[in-house]
Amino acid sequence: MAPIGRAALIVTLGLVLYATLVGGYAALRGRRRLAESARNALLASFATTGVASAVLVIGFLRHDFSLVYVAEHSSRELPLAYVLAGFWSGQAGSLLLWMLVLTGMSSAAVLLNRRLLVQALPWTVPVLAAVACFFALVPVFVSSPFATRPAPPNGAGMNVSLQNPYMLAHPPLLYLGYVGLTIPFAFAMAALLSRRTDERWLVATRRWTLASWTFLGIAILLGAKWAYESIGWGGYYAWDPVENAALMPWLAATAFLHSVMVQEKKAMLRVWNVILVTLAFCLALFGTFLTRSGVINSIHSFARSSIGAWFLAFIAIVVGASIVLILLRLPYLRSQSRLESLASREAAFLYNNLLLVALALTILWGVVFPLVSEAVRGTAVTVGPPYYNFFLRAFGLPLLLLMGIGPLIAWRRASLRSLARSLAGPAIAAGVVGALLLAAGAGSSPPALIAYTFSVFVLVAIGLEFVRGTRARRSLGAESWIGAFASLIARNRRRYGGYIVHAAVVLLAIGVAGSSAYGSTASARLQPGQTMAVGSYTLGYLGSTFRQGRNHDELRAQLAVSRDGTPMGVVAAGKNRYHVEAFFSSAVAIRTDWLRAEDLFVIGEDFNRDGSVDLKVLVNPLVGLIWVAGVVFLLGSVITLWPDAREQRRLARRMREVEVLAHA
Amino acid sequence: MATLALTVVFAAAAGLFVVQPILRPRSRLDGRIQSVDDEDKHLAVIERRDRALAALTELEFDHRTGNVSDVDYRELIAPLRREAAEALKALERAESAERAMDAKRAGRPRARLAAARHCR
Repeated sequence: MAPIGRAALIVTLGLVLYATLVGGYAALRGRRRLAESARNALLASFATTGVASAVLVIGFLRHDFSLVYVAEHSSRELPLAYVLAGFWSGQAGSLLLWMLVLTGMSSAAVLLNRRLLVQALPWTVPVLAAVACFFALVPVFVSSPFATRPAPPNGAGMNVSLQNPYMLAHPPLLYLGYVGLTIPFAFAMAALLSRRTDERWLVATRRWTLASWTFLGIAILLGAKWAYESIGWGGYYAWDPVENAALMPWLAATAFLHSVMVQEKKAMLRVWNVILVTLAFCLALFGTFLTRSGVINSIHSFARSSIGAWFLAFIAIVVGASIVLILLRLPYLRSQSRLESLASREAAFLYNNLLLVALALTILWGVVFPLVSEAVRGTAVTVGPPYYNFFLRAFGLPLLLLMGIGPLIAWRRASLRSLARSLAGPAIAAGVVGALLLAAGAGSSPPALIAYTFSVFVLVAIGLEFVRGTRARRSLGAESWIGAFASLIARNRRRYGGYIVHAAVVLLAIGVAGSSAYGSTASARLQPGQTMAVGSYTLGYLGSTFRQGRNHDELRAQLAVSRDGTPMGVVAAGKNRYHVEAFFSSAVAIRTDWLRAEDLFVIGEDFNRDGSVDLKVLVNPLVGLIWVAGVVFLLGSVITLWPDAREQRRLARRMREVEVLAHA
Repeated sequence: MATLALTVVFAAAAGLFVVQPILRPRSRLDGRIQSVDDEDKHLAVIERRDRALAALTELEFDHRTGNVSDVDYRELIAPLRREAAEALKALERAESAERAMDAKRAGRPRARLAAARHCR
């Protein structure tokens, strides 16, 4: 099977090279047949990458340990789902997955936008193919998933941290997000190369950015859930470089999704939008580089390899070429209008953009600082959570407030009187809740209290938007309240879907603020029969149990839980020992109270010879809202992403008008 | 050796698909990708008109929801209407310019024919 995979990858490299060179020549010289040939090469590269990927999947399913990659990332004892996840658990496989997603998305983008971007598409193909060239070069020449050796009787198994259900979905979604950002980048570069900087590339780009941003957002949350349940320290986000690597492009894409509206409505921020698309793509490449190169120490870096230099060179080429192209095309990107007032919707978007980009760049600086300090001073100085937390508060809290203010300000300009009238309701509600929380003792953490107050402000503002919008729609026709509400969302999915996403961010903010500021922790060594208390919970140690699983042994401390004297059942926390990997991992117990959105989090740290167990118990208030936020985020994103027939009709009508005019 | 043979097979199969647009019989659409400067010019005018009309619709809705006060509405609506009217005028100018060009193009062969008759 290995020769099939190797041959498919070599042909893939040839195809994307052809698509780059011939496609570039065709676009430059305006040769239609050659451009179509290059497009076909890009489509064919998806088929050949699919063949290579299928070979690797079959290798895993058949436990073909003659393939070094399969032997190093699976074993006969591994459950089937994890055997399949072995595909992306190492470097060579994950780069093949990158390539599969890239060629697949590129093919879809080229086919779906063939009518919208007639003139820019011949340039889109070579840009996409050039990116694919890099990802095809690596598995062919540097890190092949099809290297072979005499087959050992069993494989080495899989990194036990990856043996978690969330890890089945997290990496593919992350890659869909990372790779998806290639498409907006390619559209932007193609628009610049073809000098077609009208609204069409924005329409095509917005949808792909939104999809990639959704995948990335869900992947970040699934990664947080995995860290929460699998790593076993009681937290969900530790500002680890690889976690940050996914957050940075997400922040840049968030900025773009807001500023793109300003360009659509006011023909402003045209250079800024191209820069944001490029920044998001470069940060996605940087994220892949961090995860795959192992250059920075991280619990998420599953590989240490020599591809780091290749990645850095590629990122440098992308950054350099993009800057040169943007500078060359500046005359085509002139804004057609100016900011009329600092109190306007577009100004709010601008502030939001500045804060988002500042946060992304601050995180980037924190991530690269160990590398910089090592290069300059010879010792790597790591930047810890206090640095990130400080800037999260400095930029994140104003961002939260802006989410409430932005929707209530008019485009162009708003008078102070009108602004005060719009903001009065949310501000009064936020003030009242803030005062009540202060009276209830929430002032122990001022940032959390501010976050809650701002959250109430935003939620009330969003609620008012829905209520007023529904009322306005109802006044326009004789619809029922439900009909008016449905038509409000259906007629402006981006606006109201966006508000739902804002509500998700508010839930996230409440969850993060609550769990990090008001949690409680206790540690104790318990003999069977002894109890410990944390917050309003009491845990009684009943004894330990042992169970042999298919590929691991489970040692658990059984603990009876009660809250304020009311029994709440038994939880089991402990350790797993994996047979093939010869590795211990923590198996925490989490008891969620969905009414309070609160978790009781139990870590069985050590089982001692005298029968006692060392326990660490945390009460994480409101942490459940973080996961609820994920569901709300997905709902809002789907509404926003849902195809808008009215917009399609508007664009089609516009293109018909252009044709009629040009060929009259 | 097996890899080489398989590479040739895959390359041949993919190659057939890739060269298909080059090998197909030439048609009217197969020439150079047209330079569409005229289209771009018109598109810019149409985009301007659409933007102005969309801004008017949005302002009406924001006024109806109460996000824009009556005073602000009166201040904002006038320039927006002016902008929309200017965009529509620009579009009309573009249309009449196109019609004039079209008439000129259509008139040229007739003029040449008349001149030839005169010479005879």
